[in-house]
Amino acid sequence: MAQAMGFFTDTTICIGCKACEVACKEWNQLPAANGGANTLSGDSYDNTRRLDGIHWRHVKFVEQFTPDRSQGRWLLMSDVCKHCVQAGCLEVCPTGAIIRTEFDTVVIQSDVCNGCRDCIGACPFGVIDINPASGTAQKCTLCYDRLQVGLEPACAKACPTASIQFGPVADLRKRADARVSQLQNAGETRARLYGADDKMLGGLNSFFLLVDRPEVYGLPPDPRLPSRNLKSSSWLSVIGAVVVGVAGLISFRTRGSRA
Amino acid sequence: MSAPSSTLFTAPPEWHWLIIFYFFLGGIAGGAYVLGALMDLFGGLQQRPLARLAYLVAFPLTVVCGLLLTADLRRPLRFWHMMLQSETLRPMFKAWSPMSVGSWALLLFGFFAFLAFLGTLAEDERWRWRGLARLRPPGLLGVLVAVLGGLLGFFVAGYTGVLLSVTNRPIWGDTTLLGLVFLISGASTAAALLALLGHRRAMTGVHALERFDSVMLVLELVALIALVVSLGGVARLWLSVWGALLVVGVVVLGILIPLGLYRRSLRFGDATGVAAAALVLAGGFLLRVVIILSSEGA
Repeated sequence: MAQAMGFFTDTTICIGCKACEVACKEWNQLPAANGGANTLSGDSYDNTRRLDGIHWRHVKFVEQFTPDRSQGRWLLMSDVCKHCVQAGCLEVCPTGAIIRTEFDTVVIQSDVCNGCRDCIGACPFGVIDINPASGTAQKCTLCYDRLQVGLEPACAKACPTASIQFGPVADLRKRADARVSQLQNAGETRARLYGADDKMLGGLNSFFLLVDRPEVYGLPPDPRLPSRNLKSSSWLSVIGAVVVGVAGLISFRTRGSRA
Repeated sequence: MSAPSSTLFTAPPEWHWLIIFYFFLGGIAGGAYVLGALMDLFGGLQQRPLARLAYLVAFPLTVVCGLLLTADLRRPLRFWHMMLQSETLRPMFKAWSPMSVGSWALLLFGFFAFLAFLGTLAEDERWRWRGLARLRPPGLLGVLVAVLGGLLGFFVAGYTGVLLSVTNRPIWGDTTLLGLVFLISGASTAAALLALLGHRRAMTGVHALERFDSVMLVLELVALIALVVSLGGVARLWLSVWGALLVVGVVVLGILIPLGLYRRSLRFGDATGVAAAALVLAGGFLLRVVIILSSEGA
């Protein structure tokens, strides 16, 4: 297997230009709007609003303002599929449409997916959605087609501030650690990495540098695999089946009148 | 400040009415087969007509379930991708994916439900080929069909709850009790439907079903209380119209009132059991509505 490739997204230098969103849409031929209908968020300058089947990159505008808007700050973050080392979507997919590639990334094969949507509920980050054009679940492929010919993903290529950095995950982690140290030495003590180590789902191949709690950015504080519930849920059902069976046996048995 | 549940940061899979009906009818189909098998294996001759009725209910409902699931896919013509790998045509099976195991279980359950259905038609003399009656107990083949189909029936009635728990959605992924609740509810709604149909045909053995359903309703109530407790802070999502529907529609109308009506029916032998059974069915349906839509809307 080739070495694990991924993204390091440094949110502190994102300027919210959305060049990554546009580059992603252009390269992957994603429609600009769902069925041609432009929808505005109405409460933000961010009209993309969330990742879904036709938005595989999304620049989040976290607008932290006082009610009179005299004080405030913008937190900007280009969100994307995390390409988890332990991926919930890949785990539950019943058709085998979701695969792990030689770059340790997670890709949905659109020609295999039948649109059951199990992966959507299983993803801990709310990344996946149905692309209405194909009727299949879709998300960032980390530009698998570009990686196969030695190109970097379109979003990283287009990012004008190097907020999105692409490369071998091991190298990216070193770069990210250095950047956190730099920020903390400069007085930004809230700087922290999200998903860079293997404690979170075995490691996120697409990880982030944040300057606030994860939930402020719309990221789950403790993402976990959906299969955590499988064993206990199954055993409880088995116990339930035994109890129902015994109750049935007692209710329906006949004393000495069997044929 | 404690961090919010991570399940609140996920996206809904948009499983709506087709899935709600599947969960409801699948529970009845699986439960009906289980009850038919239990009556066949442990009941007497007087319960045989009710057992036949159970099999006559289980198979058509299973067919409807398959159609509902297929229609819910965004690419319905690719339904077979659940069973076969689309490129190699090798079997597609993931033991750790409830949807994958459930697809196979539903197919196999459908097979046994079909056998039992044929056996029932033959026994009822609605079918010329009387040899098919061997698919019904007490013969070895009939016992095998009843036992294997019954085990699969348990699975079909309960795996849907496990499937929901093996997601990261609020409520669903915050508890491990949904499989248990759906399984009990499946047995309860199946008993209610059979009791309802049995009353109409004045069949013997209906009171045994009512006794059984009373036990199921008590178990369901206990399991529901445990479910709410297991949700912890996420249960706040039910401080809404969904919580009201759960309390009024599922607990009061679907459990407590039927329990009283069954008690009266068993005591006086009157027809209040009919109303009880109808309410149990409505409550079982509302249970699925609340569980699914409250999470979908979160």
